[in-house]
Amino acid sequence: MKFRLHPVSQVTAPIKSLAQRFALVGFIALSFAMMLSGKADISLIERIRVQASDAVAPILDAISRPVATVTEIADQLEELSQIQAENTRLKKDRAQLLQWQTVARQLEAENKALRGLLKFSPPPKATYITSRVIANAVGAFAHSLLLNVGAPDGVKKDQAVTTGKGLIGRIASVGNRSSWVLLITDLNSRIPVVIESTRTRAIMAGNNSDRPRLIHLSPGAMVSPGERIITSGHGGVFPPGLAIGTVSSVSDSGIEIQPFNDRRRVEYVRILDFGDESLIRPAPFSSSPSSARPSSGRPSSARKDGKKTP
Amino acid sequence: MRPAYWRRMDVAARRLTPFGLTLILVVLNVVPLHVPALAMVFPVLPLIAIYHWAIYRPELMPYYAVFFIGLLQDILTNMPIGVNALVFLGVHGAVISQSRFFTGKSFAIVWLGFALVAAAATLANWVLISVYNMALISPGAVFFQYLLTLGCFPFFAWVFLRWQQTFLEHG
Repeated sequence: MKFRLHPVSQVTAPIKSLAQRFALVGFIALSFAMMLSGKADISLIERIRVQASDAVAPILDAISRPVATVTEIADQLEELSQIQAENTRLKKDRAQLLQWQTVARQLEAENKALRGLLKFSPPPKATYITSRVIANAVGAFAHSLLLNVGAPDGVKKDQAVTTGKGLIGRIASVGNRSSWVLLITDLNSRIPVVIESTRTRAIMAGNNSDRPRLIHLSPGAMVSPGERIITSGHGGVFPPGLAIGTVSSVSDSGIEIQPFNDRRRVEYVRILDFGDESLIRPAPFSSSPSSARPSSGRPSSARKDGKKTP
Repeated sequence: MRPAYWRRMDVAARRLTPFGLTLILVVLNVVPLHVPALAMVFPVLPLIAIYHWAIYRPELMPYYAVFFIGLLQDILTNMPIGVNALVFLGVHGAVISQSRFFTGKSFAIVWLGFALVAAAATLANWVLISVYNMALISPGAVFFQYLLTLGCFPFFAWVFLRWQQTFLEHG
């Protein structure tokens, strides 16, 4: 056995190294091909990504749980040390909010009365799907989150993803037990927005940094730092009025937005579910008889349809 | 007969560990840590593993394994599929072609080598993603990611070296 090894290896060694070199070239070519096909035919590559994410999701789910627990404990300890300062701040906040509450109640009553006069049909009510963030792919090259819910839970592509503070992104792809969120800061994110006080329309474009920018502003529009940015609802992907952030700086290089959400600390998100395409159909205005489509019945029936389809 | 069989299984299992450890790093890389400083960008931990095993045990890290790790990295970081596969293969091939240079070198030299290789890999990543998206990626975050990866290198390299001494010496 031993003295046979020599001649055999003399023959096989060059073949082996040649094969290895071919393997390297082959795999590099394959990588290139996958990149190109990802650019051209997004559905196939997207399916691979979704399947693989589904496969890894349970592992990530299991790992992220203890990590989240440890962070929670650390956060609680940190909060304990500042409990007194927090308390005084909250008391002050509460006094302010009570004032706001009175204002809000007045406005609500006024709104209700005016809506009654106009026979206005309110936009469909959303239901929420709450999900945990199991992977945080926030790097220099992409800003995404992986969630532990999928199509069976009612998640659909392009649904708005929010936290208590405001919009954080939209569903980019959905698997059976995981789905990807494209964050508003990602390079590929474009969201139609309005500036809340002036109702100026614009597009908010992510650029893989913490501060997305406003582009395609109507000419002559005035923007100043501190103004709130909300979704406009144009294009039918997002409902109007979701909070996004405030204008942080206005300069020659662009208008930067500081989002309300700190994506570094997102543990849970809420996915807004409006049932079947209810956002894309324009809400029937007073021209169409409101009795034909009762406003209270529509959202619930749409919700039922949404539940049946998966 | 039986002990020989088990020994063979044991050796085979040990020889799979470089691949396994690298896969674990790919997954750990995206676990949400909620540490503000770390969550801005994450280091590319698998790159450390690819580099390390290409120097010390290239035979345990075949091309298809490198390719697979790159694909998983692409999928889990939501980058265009193929980019990291390509970059990791490039790093693996480059290090193997310079294997004579790395033998018996001190840790500082290996780290310096990593600084060069990781710089090239980061640059390649940056160019590929910028071309793919037809948009310039802001270089600041990319550079920070590079520095972070470089800073993580000694710890992971030490873990891998210990692992090698403990589990792979007789493999």
